[in-house]
Amino acid sequence: MSSEIALQAVDLVKHFPTGSKGILGRPDKNVRAVDGVSFTLRKGKTLGIVGESGCGKSTLARVVTRLIEPTSGNVLLDGVDITKTSGKDLRRLRRQMQMIFQDPVSSLNPRHSVGQIIEMPLRVQGLLDEADSIKRVKELMQLVGLNPEHFNRYPHEFSGGQRQRIGIARSLALNPTVIIADEPVSALDVSVQAQILNLLERLQSDLGLSMIFIAHDLSVVRHIADDVAVMYLGKIVEIGPAQDVYSRPAHPYTKALLSAVPIHDPSERGGTGRIRLVGDVPSPIDPPSGCRFRTRCWKATDLCGAIEPPLQADASGRIVACHFPEETPVTIGKSPE
Amino acid sequence: MTENSVPVLSVQNLRVSFDTQDGTVHAVDGVSFDAYAGETICIVGESGSGKSVMASSIMRLNNSSTATTEGRILVKGLDVLSASEEEVRGIRGSEVAMIFQDPMSALNPYFTVGKQIAEAYVVHHPGASKHEIHDVVLAMMIKVGIPSPEKRIDEYPHQFSGGMRQRIVIAIALINNPKILIADEPTTALDVTVQAQILDLMMSLQKEFGMTIILITHDLGVVAEVAQDVIVMYAGHIVEQSHVDALFHAPTHPYSWGLLGSVASYGDNKRGGLLTISGSPPSLISLPVGCSFHPRCAHSKGEGSVCMTDSPSLRSVGSDGSRSACHLADDVLVSVGRRGFRS
Repeated sequence: MSSEIALQAVDLVKHFPTGSKGILGRPDKNVRAVDGVSFTLRKGKTLGIVGESGCGKSTLARVVTRLIEPTSGNVLLDGVDITKTSGKDLRRLRRQMQMIFQDPVSSLNPRHSVGQIIEMPLRVQGLLDEADSIKRVKELMQLVGLNPEHFNRYPHEFSGGQRQRIGIARSLALNPTVIIADEPVSALDVSVQAQILNLLERLQSDLGLSMIFIAHDLSVVRHIADDVAVMYLGKIVEIGPAQDVYSRPAHPYTKALLSAVPIHDPSERGGTGRIRLVGDVPSPIDPPSGCRFRTRCWKATDLCGAIEPPLQADASGRIVACHFPEETPVTIGKSPE
Repeated sequence: MTENSVPVLSVQNLRVSFDTQDGTVHAVDGVSFDAYAGETICIVGESGSGKSVMASSIMRLNNSSTATTEGRILVKGLDVLSASEEEVRGIRGSEVAMIFQDPMSALNPYFTVGKQIAEAYVVHHPGASKHEIHDVVLAMMIKVGIPSPEKRIDEYPHQFSGGMRQRIVIAIALINNPKILIADEPTTALDVTVQAQILDLMMSLQKEFGMTIILITHDLGVVAEVAQDVIVMYAGHIVEQSHVDALFHAPTHPYSWGLLGSVASYGDNKRGGLLTISGSPPSLISLPVGCSFHPRCAHSKGEGSVCMTDSPSLRSVGSDGSRSACHLADDVLVSVGRRGFRS
């Protein structure tokens, strides 16, 4: 059973201290960016993580890769807890888990040639064999659809989509098993987005990668993900197979989020009963008591303010953190009501 | 009827170029279109297609020391491009107003939002009393859906969320009841739930004020939601102008077709494989000879063909009133078919 799981996060918490009394005062508040998140990533599958800005999805990516230290919680990579390893062991574990970043401009060193950028992970890991490295770099460039002859060019000579391909080639240099992609296409134009999404899908099936795909664009996640987790204010409110989450969302927030996605065909216009959330996301420094979504939820009762709903399976097997999960399925553009 | 037949805005053969160290950038290269009262026109295109430069030309906001602008832009019979600074100032805000992508940088952090909304009003109503200004600003804040406006009128931009800031920007734009609202990516910086709120607000205000909205966006979902007419831009040219239904079901330009196919659709089955447009947009300094889309076009007839030699002009194609700048538009329409390739 455990061999089916590539990566598991258990009750991850990341609080950033903030605010203070006086100049020398110690921080007395916390931004609760990630506040108790658990999920499993299945081998060879893609887990999409969606949510609005400030919901903690990027922090989650950084905690999972241990680019920042979690406040508490565990991350199991192939059964090994990476939060408890350090030094050489941690470095070795990191070979298995690589990251693709949002901004292909700032994530590539402008003073390094593409070849240097792509071989950097090998250098850092002490795996660099000078003779082989050019060959490996060219192989990787070929793999992601770049012209291998361009290995001594610099990032500014490439377009946005090509730069993102360089970032992807770099993430594959160490033959990782898990890829964590944080908004990998949101900085790209739509026609280029499609190229990169197709590339990621092809690489995944060719190399058997497991992938965590973080995005705010629900359509993109729908396209690429097998499983989807929906985050709101540092917590997962709903998680499950993409098919289920999109066709019959259980959490009111998921339903509202889906209903806010622009339609893809003008003939669907004027669907009645689309849900429009009022107001904005509350501050993660002082989240609402009980259910964090209750301040914007049309179903909230006193119970929601008093008791925080746990993330658990509801009557129909959907995993959701809500006292009053949705019953009705959503049809695109037009609401069932 | 007579009022409807006269466009409120007429852009005629607009060309905007910028001199740079590397050469002349032809940002907008011969664009013409008309907009009528109460209409919503969406302008779509990828980064660098010239959509924002074109929009700022309508308000004459391009820096005249670097930009060379040719052509005519008629608003209420006045050619904005050749008018005096004073005449243009009379139009800005009262006839044509603009909202921008980033509501934070559009607002001045040092002044209260009330003051900033009032400023736009006072420019066109110099004799207004303090009392009157306060009432007008408050009424506008209510219209754009700011909760407890009496309190918030004295707050500063940083005290507002992104969506609320964009509402303030909209209030500033509409305070003088303009006939034309140009919105340059007004929801791109916002989250999807807030984007839905702002689009709803713009559409209901359009009904109330009877404005023409020119909405610039790269998001075809937004187009599907709000547009009547759609202008597709590529490398400084209009490549297609169609009614929104025609565009989504029978696009007449290979670029529009590729753009629509590239969008990961919400209703997609997983792993369909998206249609892509190979390559990336051309440099605006040295555009390809002939049709500027031909290096990326799947329909291009190759070496020596008309695609490589002649720049296509926008012409009527098909029965939907679509206009396409493709030599092969009739073939494209046939091969894509009327089936609506999304179904």
